Amino acid sequence: MDSIDARLVNCLQDGLPVCPRPFDAIAANLGLSVDELLSRLQRLLDDKVLTRFGPMYNAESMGGALSLCAMQVPADRYDDIAGQVNAFPEVAHNYEREHLLNMWFVIATERPQQAGAVISQIEQATGCRVYDMPKQQEFYVGLKLAV
Amino acid sequence: MTAYPQAMNKVQQDGQLLDATDRQIIVATQAGLPLVAEPFAALARQLGLETDEVLQRVADMQACGIIRRIAAVPNHYALGYIANGMSVWNVSDEHITELGGLIGGLDYVSHCYQRPRYLPLWPYNLFAMVHGRSRDDVMARVGAISALLGEHCRGHEVLYSKRILKKTGLRIKG
Repeated sequence: MDSIDARLVNCLQDGLPVCPRPFDAIAANLGLSVDELLSRLQRLLDDKVLTRFGPMYNAESMGGALSLCAMQVPADRYDDIAGQVNAFPEVAHNYEREHLLNMWFVIATERPQQAGAVISQIEQATGCRVYDMPKQQEFYVGLKLAV
Repeated sequence: MTAYPQAMNKVQQDGQLLDATDRQIIVATQAGLPLVAEPFAALARQLGLETDEVLQRVADMQACGIIRRIAAVPNHYALGYIANGMSVWNVSDEHITELGGLIGGLDYVSHCYQRPRYLPLWPYNLFAMVHGRSRDDVMARVGAISALLGEHCRGHEVLYSKRILKKTGLRIKG
């Protein structure tokens, strides 16, 4: 990754305009042709410096719901319960974290009403209480990593 | 600025957030936008639509928040940001909107939310994911947040992830 790549990664995190030729302005700023910019972008994706390039969709605005949930899982049943939780297709992410609440997962459903049913099923299957922590206010989603 | 006017009315009038064509566009771009000079024209050809219609629909979806922005998602590990901690803060409710905006605006914070407390087990109502190049780096930034919150914060913790148990993207059906 050279200094132009670094500037490109920084620019591309800001967002592109919705217009017929959205790369033109960034390419001109960086002193690149659009083709050069696109081949650098392709390489950054191939090298997994970027995980994705495109529209960032907001599940809630599409009518869906995301909720963060936490559980206090006994150590001796941890992997079994992780398997039970992960088996739900609505569970999108699941992380082990260092805390009394040691399992943290995100439930994604196409409709908000479906989340409660999934939580009840997880409680029944695991015997653990699920602490549902839906967001009440969003301050920012995204990250600008200076490269 | 976009040349395509906002059209939130469309969403409000028919009460339907997404029609079949919007969903086609979403499904076609979930993995990413075509990497060509005119990506919306390429998308239009792929879907059998006019370029102007695709541009208009994408602009509308961005105007009403369905699309946050059209941007690159960095792999923070590849960029050297190998440490991240979920910082959680017990902040006074009357100041949380102002303080959340302040913390969410920091460039090393992603995913900043107000969430419910569960007393006495869980007193924290403000969540901020903090990214850094090392745990020391994360802790220094957590210290900076602590200083910003000052007297409005009654306590905090940082939860590091030990293991990813599952990670799949959100998928919408076509």
